[in-house]
Formats: sequence, C-alpha cells, structure tokens
Amino acid sequence: MRAEPFTRKSGVMAALPAANIDTDVIMPKTFLKGIDRSGLDRGLFHDLRFDENENPRPDFVLNRPPWNEASFLVTGANFGCGSSREHAVWGLRQFGIGAIVAPSFAGIFFDNCARNGLLAIEASDSQVGILIEHAQAGVGEVTIDLETQTIATPERSFHFDIDERRKTMLLNGLDAVGMTLQWRDEIETFQSRYLADHDWLA
Amino acid sequence: MTQPRTLYDKLVDSHTVRRLDEEGRQVLLYVDRTVLNEYTSPQAFTGLREAGRDVFRPRSAIAVVDHVNSTRPDRDALRADRANDAQMSYLQKNCDDFGIELFDLFHSQQGIEHVVMPELGLALPGMVIAAGDSHTTTYGAFGSLGFGIGTSDIEHFLATQTLVYTRLRNMRVEVDGALPVGVTAKDIIMAVVRQLGADGARGYAVEFAGSAIGNLSIEGRMTVCNMAVECGARGAVIAPDEKTFSYLADKPRAPRGALLEKALTAWQSLRTDPGAAFDAYVEIDAAAIAPMVTWGTSPDQAAPVTDVIPDPAHETNDARRRDAERALDYMGLAPGTRLRDIAIDRAFIGSCTNARLEDLRAAATVLQGRKVAPGVAAAVVPGSSEVRRRAEAEGIDRIFIDAGFEWRQSGCSMCLAMNDDVVAPGERCASSTNRNFEGRQGAGARTHLMSPAMVAAAAVAGRLCDVRSMEASHAG
Ligand code: SF4
Repeated sequence: MRAEPFTRKSGVMAALPAANIDTDVIMPKTFLKGIDRSGLDRGLFHDLRFDENENPRPDFVLNRPPWNEASFLVTGANFGCGSSREHAVWGLRQFGIGAIVAPSFAGIFFDNCARNGLLAIEASDSQVGILIEHAQAGVGEVTIDLETQTIATPERSFHFDIDERRKTMLLNGLDAVGMTLQWRDEIETFQSRYLADHDWLA
Repeated sequence: MTQPRTLYDKLVDSHTVRRLDEEGRQVLLYVDRTVLNEYTSPQAFTGLREAGRDVFRPRSAIAVVDHVNSTRPDRDALRADRANDAQMSYLQKNCDDFGIELFDLFHSQQGIEHVVMPELGLALPGMVIAAGDSHTTTYGAFGSLGFGIGTSDIEHFLATQTLVYTRLRNMRVEVDGALPVGVTAKDIIMAVVRQLGADGARGYAVEFAGSAIGNLSIEGRMTVCNMAVECGARGAVIAPDEKTFSYLADKPRAPRGALLEKALTAWQSLRTDPGAAFDAYVEIDAAAIAPMVTWGTSPDQAAPVTDVIPDPAHETNDARRRDAERALDYMGLAPGTRLRDIAIDRAFIGSCTNARLEDLRAAATVLQGRKVAPGVAAAVVPGSSEVRRRAEAEGIDRIFIDAGFEWRQSGCSMCLAMNDDVVAPGERCASSTNRNFEGRQGAGARTHLMSPAMVAAAAVAGRLCDVRSMEASHAG
C-alpha cells in the first residue's frame, strides 16, 4: 500500500505524559474486529476518551479544545508497546495525528508508523519535557518539518534525527512492497541458493 | 580471521539478501516462515488484492484461527457474532485464493499460533520467522529468530518473502544456578522483565544463556522467549542443544532421516562464538528468584509473592512514580498491602505463554485433591487442540474439572478477550498470561500475572498465594 507523504505540517500538539502507553490502550480490542481499516478513529484511546455509555469523558485531553483537533502527540517513553496491531497506527492517522514525539517508541509500533506515513520522532527527555509544557499550555501551533528535520513552537525550535531510508519513505509516500520488488531477481537467486543449502526447508 | 559473532548476528547474516546501507545496519532480510491469524492479516491480503500481487512462496505460511473464536465446548458458539465470523471467513477465502494451509476452528491441530507452530515442528533452529503478533519471539527457544510485525509488513513479507530490517544490538542475559522448588520459567522471565523494565531491552535482541536456561525444558524456554517482548526485546534467542533436537524428533513436519542428519550438522554451529561481544550484559541468580506476581498494569510492575505492594512515594523517578500511582488506582490496591492478602474473583490458565502440556501438568499437580475457593470462577484454556487431547489422555482434564475449573476449547481466549471470555469491570483475575495492561482482559479488568502453578494456588486459596506454602501443606 502507498502511504500518504509527510513533508511539513502545522497544528496543535496534545500531551499524554505517561510512559509505556500500550497498544491495548491506544486501540482496544473491540475495534480489531474489522477486515478493513475503517472506523478506527472512534477506537483511538477509546476507554480513556469515552465512558461506559459512550459519552466523551470531559477531562480527557483529546476531548478538550484545542486538543480535540490535535495534529501531533507528545508522550512518554516506550510509546506503543505491547501488541503488533497496526490498527493503533491507523486509528491515530484517522484521528488526524501526523506525528508523535517521544523519548522512545516500541519497535513494532515504530515500524508500523513509518509504513503508514506517521512520523515518529525520538527526542531527548528535555526536549520532550519542553514540548509537554508547551502542549499543556494549549496556546500556539507546532510546526514539524521533515525536510529540515525540525520541530518548532512559536518560542523555539529543535533539530531531530531520523534515518535516511525512513525519511525518504515518509517524504515520498513510497510503496514499500513495490520498492522491494525491484530486487525480485536477487531475492529469487538468494532463495534458490538458500534452499539448496538448507534442503530440509525446501 | 572472521570476527567472532553472536548467534543473533549469525541468523541475520545468513538471511541477508542485500545490504540497504553501507554498514549493513539495514538489510533486506529473507524470512523463512510466517503464521497468520484472522485479525492482523485481513488488510494485508486486501493490500495484495488491490495491487494485483501474489504470495511469493505460499508454502512458507500457515494460518490459524485463534484470537476471536469461542472456547466454549460448542466450538460454533461465536459464529453468531458477525464481525468474528467475517474475519474467519475472510481468512478462509484468502487461504483458498492464495494457496495457504489453514488450521481453522474445526481442524484437529487448531490452537494458538505460537503453540501450533512448534508442535507441528514448523519452528526450526536457524530460521527467521516473522509474524503479525508480538509474541513471535517465542521461536527463539529453538535457536531461530522470531519477531512480531505489523500488517503492512505481513503484506510486504507475503509479496516479497523479505522484510526491510534494522539490525538490533546484542544483549546477553545469563541466568545461572538452580531454580528453587516451585519457581518456574515464568518466574525467571517475570524477574528479568522486572529488573530490566518494560523498555529495558528495547532495540536489543536478547540471548538467554546460563545453566538455569539450559536446565529448562523446551516448553519452559518458549515461555522465557515469549515474554522477552514485555521488556521490549524484538528477538530472543537460545542456542539449540540436545534437548531442542530431541523435542523436534517426533514433530510431524520436522525433517527426518537424511535431511535431519544434514540439518543437525548445520544446527550444531548455531551458537555464539567464544569471544563475541555483546552490547549489554545482565546476570541473574536463579537461586534468588521467588514466585512472581504483578501488582500493576505493566508487566514490569511485579514483585515476589512474599512482598508487599511498593509505595510509589518511595519512587525517586517522577514518571515512574506517576505510572505506579495510576496503576494502583486502576488496580484498586493500596501500597503496603501484602500481595498474599489480595482476594481474586477469577483464575485463568491459558495463552501462548503458559498453556502447553507442561504448564497444565504443573497446575494440575497443585489442584490434585483440592477445590477452587467459593466465589472464584476458574477456567483453563489449553494452548492447542493437541495439548487438550494429550491432557485428556493423561487425565489432567479430570483434575481440573474435579477442582472446579472449566475445561475449555483452545484459543487465545481471556489473554486478550477478543471473544466472549471477558473479565468484568473491577473483577480481579489471577492469570497465566503475559500482559496486565489496562483493559487487556476486559474493560476495567484487573489482571495479576503469574505462573500456571501460582494461578492454581490462587484459585484454591481465593487470593494470591505462594504456591510453595501450598505444596508444603499438601505434603504434610
Ligand atoms: S495467547 Fe495472547 S499473547 Fe498469545 S497470541 Fe494469543 S492473544 Fe497474543
């Protein structure tokens, strides 16, 4: 599948200042029953966003203006730990989240982001701390520019690191499968040799 | 002279089709095998269909129904749920159309994906296995590299037999010494997760080594590798040994005869070379491990069952303190409470972590001649239909039933509660599963993770309980 490209985006940043926010919390299992990707915006942080009667919980950040229109999240370490469910990333995208800043991300979640045009930025603890403060104040937009690798609030801006391949994929919204299939012959050659050497797997 | 290499590095090197950067940190990785389930694969197949692509090597995949199916004795019970039915039907259609072998609800070998693969002999030393489930790390128990991937990568694998892979750093976790009586593989990995933290092995592949790991059965090693993902590891390996080879000897799809001879020669070299350097080392004294239970909502929020609930006020790290306060609030628990005083409503033995035959035997040993405490709803869900049959052949089902446990069909069940096996809001469950996340076993459910024997002991006591005290009282 072709992911939507990410180049530069401005918007509101919402803070979820906790570590180890897991994929069960990001996308509870009741929303995993589809065979397509639809309806996952409703599922996003569902049990935090809605009460037993499906009414929005007024105290949850994504239910309160201006964060109900958030384009970015800033959060604690190891965001997206737990299950491999890509539904978590699809839900974030459908809600309108284009980038997430955290001290670290869980491995599978991090890869899932890149596959779906969601920019996951690893920043230092102090940068995350500053962004959390900024986000919680609820004033002023944040601009994230992938080309120049900067995050800017009205007051300051930071540089962030990202590996080249991931950056190219995000900037161009490339079809990863299509890219790999350009090496189809190479894969086939590898496979024939590999299966000849490991004939118990053939 | 070639550099000494770790087992993990050997696995990655032997599967590298091409380097994607100069240092070989990113590679195009050949993947031997996958197992597909009904809930993370549908959109991958839709992706293939929309792009008009085929599956590269259909025989390198199998598919199972495990996450959404009912585990009631009447296997068809949940067909009435239209969403679950749609996932099962679509998996069936995808397997038919793309030529993939399916172990559906009524197949005699149906079960949880990570229980079925080893039981069939499809997880072999030296392989790379990637699957749409984070607990794919389980296969490290065979000296293969297993790791979880998302749906886009399932599609990538199906279409290309490869993944774009970023090499991990190497961590060695050495567990030496004799495990005390009543302490199991589950307690080892819970102690490791507690010590490292929920992200302590993030970015690493962990090699488990040491005499305590060597002494574990293959089933125990699977438990250890399975839960390595709970400290963030995206790959866990244990060098294969004679135990591994004899485990595989009678598995239906494992190689035999001349092929096996050849495989065995290759498998001997699947070990870390002497002198190979790891990026991180952890040592654990097996003799010091006690039966573990979790008290919070992250698998690293755990303690020996003999402890009290820690006071978050003593936590110097602000973030960790807030997390612990939040967890205790969700769990309805107060600091200082003795873990053994926590009363439970439910007991659950199941999941790819702890529902193999050895796990059921361990629980049955505790339950023999005992009864589940009044007011506790207890259930056992065997990891596979094969485990269920074998347990029945040994009479273990009778021990569970006589003790007051429900004896159910196989599936993921209450490990993630995607079917109708759900812990009610506010209910407290002693569980042999792998995740105690908020809402994991049902909205508002309170989960305490522990070994199967500890779940059995808790079921009998009606509260969290040190299985060692129970064994003693039984003997005396
Ligand atoms: S038993 Fe639990 S952890 Fe294992 S595959 Fe099923 S849902 Fe995932």
